[in-house]
Amino acid sequence: MSTLADILVQGVLLGGLYTISALGLSLVFGVMRLVNLSHGDLMIAAVYLALAFSFGSPEVNAVLLILVAVAFAPIGYALQRLLLNQVLDPDPLRPLLVTFGLSIVLQNLFLLSFSADTQRLRIDALTEAVVSSGAVSFGALDALILVTAIGLAFGLQTIFFHTKLGRRLRAASDDSSTLGLMGLNWRHVFGLASAIAFVVIAIAGLLLALRSNVDPFSGPSRLLVAFEAVIIGGLGSFWGTLLGAMLIGIAQVVAGTIDPGWQSLGGHLVFLVILALRPQGLMPRVAQ
Amino acid sequence: MSNALSGGLTRRHLLKLTSAAVASSLAAPAIAQARPIRLGYVTPRTGPLALFGEADEFALKVAGEAFANGFTINGTNHPVEIITKDTQSSVNRAAEVTSELILSDEVDMVLVSSAPETVNPVADQCELNGVPCVSTVAPWQAVTFPRGSNPQDGFESTFHFFWGLEDIIRTFADMYDAVENNGRVGGLFPNDEDGRAWADEINGSPALFAKRGYKVVPSGFYRNLTDDFSTVISIFEDQECQLLTGAPIPPDFTTFWTQARQRGYRPKVATIAKAILFPAAVEALGDTGHNLSSEIWWSPSHPYASSLTGQSASDLAADYESSTGRQWTQPIGFAHALFEVATAAFSAAGGTGDPSAVISALRGLRAETVVGPVDWANSPIANVAKTPLVGGQWRLSDVGPHAYDLVITTNNAHPEIAAAAEFELL
Repeated sequence: MSTLADILVQGVLLGGLYTISALGLSLVFGVMRLVNLSHGDLMIAAVYLALAFSFGSPEVNAVLLILVAVAFAPIGYALQRLLLNQVLDPDPLRPLLVTFGLSIVLQNLFLLSFSADTQRLRIDALTEAVVSSGAVSFGALDALILVTAIGLAFGLQTIFFHTKLGRRLRAASDDSSTLGLMGLNWRHVFGLASAIAFVVIAIAGLLLALRSNVDPFSGPSRLLVAFEAVIIGGLGSFWGTLLGAMLIGIAQVVAGTIDPGWQSLGGHLVFLVILALRPQGLMPRVAQ
Repeated sequence: MSNALSGGLTRRHLLKLTSAAVASSLAAPAIAQARPIRLGYVTPRTGPLALFGEADEFALKVAGEAFANGFTINGTNHPVEIITKDTQSSVNRAAEVTSELILSDEVDMVLVSSAPETVNPVADQCELNGVPCVSTVAPWQAVTFPRGSNPQDGFESTFHFFWGLEDIIRTFADMYDAVENNGRVGGLFPNDEDGRAWADEINGSPALFAKRGYKVVPSGFYRNLTDDFSTVISIFEDQECQLLTGAPIPPDFTTFWTQARQRGYRPKVATIAKAILFPAAVEALGDTGHNLSSEIWWSPSHPYASSLTGQSASDLAADYESSTGRQWTQPIGFAHALFEVATAAFSAAGGTGDPSAVISALRGLRAETVVGPVDWANSPIANVAKTPLVGGQWRLSDVGPHAYDLVITTNNAHPEIAAAAEFELL
């Protein structure tokens, strides 16, 4: 039988994994109010970019992965300026359709250029290391993912609530035309925010690909839990996203201990209960 | 002929190609040119099942070359048109493209392969319209039972060739018999069609393993693409499962296997269906894939040859490797065998144009193919012909050129397929 400590540790580690896949979405959806259905596929795009840089070899190193994450910043800026800014609209349907289309284009682009093979990135020293103490043991990679998730949540919270850029961005998402009157270009501000979001998305994708296989079509499976974490955490708060993801992760492991068939159900139930009791989420930072 | 139709073709483009092909074959000075034989070929080329469709392009190229000068039945030369359709790994799409093939393209036969999610909707459409259909690459139970039939009654116009759960369980039990163990098998059963068929108490693996003295400890129906298997691993550890089996999808098996090693769960033998069929999935496990066991439906060392090209199994695999630069995979043989069976059926029927003649030809057919004999005439299961199944292990390759080689170790059921090495513990 799993001990209580073991269940909690596994739940928190799983929560870390969900946090990292939700943070990029938290920024784009929570702060910029853009429903990005290609979120998961963009994570996979980072993996394929890494594979392209390593000439198809799954053996990668930290330097390469950091380069890929940095390279995602200009990609994010360009995509926001050239495409997503054009479709921003009070009606959420336009960005929804455009990012859905982007998702399909990306998937088929991956299929054409990298085949349907399942792929994984490997840093053997990291992926095979184990942290073990007493009854509890887990992978060093899972610990790294958790630490990175907490670090990114802290970093994003700081940028968006304690810097000039963050203030401008929140202003842009609240009322872009008034921001224009202040002499600021909201298009540029959104571009910068997207650049940051893309770096976070790339980090998430790369870490996930170190953990398990990806293929051209594995992006969308990341979307559901990510949206749940952002929504129950409260729009606009990165600590909220972290908390939401943790709750889902722990609920899943607890439910899975009763019966592995209930594992994902446990997460969805927590989502429903919180949504019913507190529709604005746990720590909302954006006016409804 | 419209051979080697690669993915991403539009319908318009395809029509253009086929009409050009028809025009050119009309221009040729044919002796007794008859109406063309139209074959529909339905597989998942994109979407989550696309891995199975990777052999298609090659199979179509080989078949296209074999049919280049048409196909002669009773002295009449019939040009052959192959019309390919992609199911996009979707059940609805599969049904839709099949009705297109039947109603607009008016095909004489539909060929379909890869997973019950592809085979069943396509075969159902054909059955409904009385069109001959030959399917493969799905355990027969997953085709016969969900489509509302049984081994006695079978179907009207749809025929299947592959192996069944009883064959794979037998192969896996033969592997367990070869080593000392406590007889307890952890079963990884996802909540999908394969997982449910595997976990079925009456027709599935628990009953079949029980006959051989092994007790299955089920994982519970976990959801596909699960990120955490710690709870499943705890169950297998508590129940002291020294043996591991199941039918997970590749990313889930990677997550499971990595976590199992981190948590110190080390079964003696792991016989995994589906997840480690393809070399890329084993390579994703790094060095920890060594001696994982899997079922083998076709390999270069199978002692059979193609009735279309005369190539032996090893020639066909070598041809694939040299023309694609990729390691051979098991669907290559079966994708090719579909065209062999179609050819044999039209020969036996004595022509085209009469679906009922083709259907009765299929019912009485025994064809020698690159995957072994396909025999509906003498099969105890209606409309199902079983092909031989053996088992083997992935071994890290010292010499290359590939990271891993799939080595046949267990051939008790089919000694005609030679084993290359002894079975080993993980």
